Amino acid sequence: MARTTHTLPVLDERAAGTPADAAPKSPAPHGSPRPPRTVPGWAWALPPVAALGYFFLYPLFLVGKQSFSPDSGGHSTEPWTDVIEEESFRKALWNTVWIAVGSTAGCLLLGFVLALVIAFVPFPGGRALSRFIDIFLAFPSFLITLALLFLYGTVGMANGLWTDVTGGASGSGPIDFLRTPWGVLLAEITYFTPFVMRPLLAAFSQVETAQLEVASSLGARAPRIVRQVILPEALPSLAAGGSLVLVLCLNEFGIVLFTGAKGVTTLPMLVYSKAILDGDYPGACVVAVVAVVLSVTLYGLYRAVVARTATLTGGARRAGA
Amino acid sequence: MSTPRRSTVTEKDTPAVGETPATAGGPADAAPGAGSAASAKAAEPDAAPGTGTTAAPTSTPAAAAAPAAVSAGADVAHRPGTAAVPAGVAAGPDRPGGIRFDRVTVAYDGQTVLDGLDLTVGGGEVMALLGPSGSGKTTALRAVAGFVRPAAGRVLIGGRDVTDLPPYKRGIGMVVQQYALFPHLRVDQNVAFGLKAQKVPRAEIPGRVAEALEMTGMTGYARRHPRELSGGQQQRVAIARALAIRPGVLLLDEPLSALDAQLRSGMLAELARLHRELPDVSILYVTHDQIEALTLADRIAVLDKARLQDCGTPHDLYRHPRTAFTASFVGNANLLTVRAAGSGTVRLADATLRVTPYGDGGGNGDGPGEGAEATLCVRPHALRLTGPHQTPKESNMLRGTVTDVQWRGHTHRLLVAAHGHELRADVGDLRQPPRPGDGIALTFDAEDAVLLPAGLAAGGAGVG
Repeated sequence: MARTTHTLPVLDERAAGTPADAAPKSPAPHGSPRPPRTVPGWAWALPPVAALGYFFLYPLFLVGKQSFSPDSGGHSTEPWTDVIEEESFRKALWNTVWIAVGSTAGCLLLGFVLALVIAFVPFPGGRALSRFIDIFLAFPSFLITLALLFLYGTVGMANGLWTDVTGGASGSGPIDFLRTPWGVLLAEITYFTPFVMRPLLAAFSQVETAQLEVASSLGARAPRIVRQVILPEALPSLAAGGSLVLVLCLNEFGIVLFTGAKGVTTLPMLVYSKAILDGDYPGACVVAVVAVVLSVTLYGLYRAVVARTATLTGGARRAGA
Repeated sequence: MSTPRRSTVTEKDTPAVGETPATAGGPADAAPGAGSAASAKAAEPDAAPGTGTTAAPTSTPAAAAAPAAVSAGADVAHRPGTAAVPAGVAAGPDRPGGIRFDRVTVAYDGQTVLDGLDLTVGGGEVMALLGPSGSGKTTALRAVAGFVRPAAGRVLIGGRDVTDLPPYKRGIGMVVQQYALFPHLRVDQNVAFGLKAQKVPRAEIPGRVAEALEMTGMTGYARRHPRELSGGQQQRVAIARALAIRPGVLLLDEPLSALDAQLRSGMLAELARLHRELPDVSILYVTHDQIEALTLADRIAVLDKARLQDCGTPHDLYRHPRTAFTASFVGNANLLTVRAAGSGTVRLADATLRVTPYGDGGGNGDGPGEGAEATLCVRPHALRLTGPHQTPKESNMLRGTVTDVQWRGHTHRLLVAAHGHELRADVGDLRQPPRPGDGIALTFDAEDAVLLPAGLAAGGAGVG
């Protein structure tokens, strides 16, 4: 029990008897003058801007400059016209775009469903699975691709099972899609889905259980609750995960190299083959510049669509979305 | 709201306090002039803490409980004589909206959090579940809502067994402490949520939304988002959302706990008004705040340690607590260990006190035998301050020494060491309050002290 004996009289006595003594001793909380600022505010921005310029923008500038510098010397648009006229470039451009967009869509769909199950459907091992997602993010992409080769490769388990059953020769199984764009798509969805799930799981953990319960008591069944309560809440995280996956897919190299190397060429693969295999540096730089522009454009387009969706649904009201 | 309203208060099924089963089975006649239960309750908090000016408990029990005791249902509340006996009250559970807990037990990971709850909430009745944290009151509400499945027992709503029904099929409205509004939806969309979920015809929805918003005074805020509203406004929207589906049962889970004191007071009055306007809606109101329970409820069920400890009208629980826990939790009574001295008196150390034996009207039997130990419950505001050397006319005088004085604005709380106990006494704002160390005397009327058998004294927990 707190003892508040003599509360009022004692307070009164102190107040009456000691103001003159107390004033000089007590430090003024707001009145102390600040030391004069010696470094102007903009000066603090110089180091990061300089670092950004030297380590990122300048090399980018050099790549751009190289794309206008043909091996024959001087500066011209010849490397650009050469590359654009190539059939392989146009095909790589198309492959890059549709595989990236398809992978992102697949990751968003699969990631949302899986995260929903992990977050809201209690099952044994759900927590462990959630932790595994974190570890999965640290895996190198080629490892997943390698695993898929073991499963669906020409001499993989699925084909092995087929040949065991049918008695055919090893390597003659019917499953051979890993070298096609669909194989790349499967591998990218497999590998990048956790990148969508991680922010989603964080968002789902913030959804108030009370909201779900109230929605349920009002008569809403699970699909309506997901659609009208959970999804709008998770939209910013879905957008963040989606944009991350889109950019990563546009520039993915390892997965394409391991799976569709023979049949599928994307822009990063084209840069590699031109620069390393063909020694065509100006051509490689042209493709690289196109890849950068494509990434920025698609990313900007994606964000614009998401922002519009968020405005319509009232979501995406937090910073960082 | 077009919810059918009761035409007369005679339909009120709240049992009369202290009625015997024989009288309970009689015709349900209303006490003339009783008015609605909500309005009657709203007047009680001020009257209840009065100091010895109310009717003596030796008077007719039904008269003492007149505000809430309107009529009796089939069975009558037998308030438990011991903490282990639950109070089962049938007050029209089969009417639309009535709730019945039939020996409901809920356990989490082997730990029982609600133990054999047997309780009936009549159609149109406001039942407060009052208790400290961990008492099981929220679990009981969640069992009605369908968010927890009882390990044993059944839950009935309107006579229908809903134990195995999912929440969305139970037709209940629910309001929680943190409002739980859908942040991305506007106020009107929030209110329309349940109507759409229940597939109400599209053309009907705007009217129903407007109606619910009007009831809660939120018509002007229909186009706003929850984040643009204050806490009180958000809670009004939450109530409107729950009422829009015209539920037979409204579950309120500490709905005012997140509001400041002034808003809480206003919202209490609002809830009382809403209940008057929707007299057929049964309300289960979970709270740890006795003022909310006393203000709003037709009856209060007191829970502690997963069990129902007591159940009765607010007036009855306050005036005639049957357990030390009820006495302590509802009204923070002083609990004094005394010995019966015969002739309606008890001994507290060297003081002789005149008391009423074992709460008349509670059916706890006769008073204690001479020399038997018992617990005397005296409310802090029932104690009056008297000079130490005065010889009062009353026989009930406790002499002691002030150990602490707390000024509470309209009262002074005195902590007084007297006869081996530390007494709490709330006395009117004193011009010259005593100081710690001062010797004082406190007196109280016999009618304001309740004697409990010693066996019921354990487990009391004071709440200031």
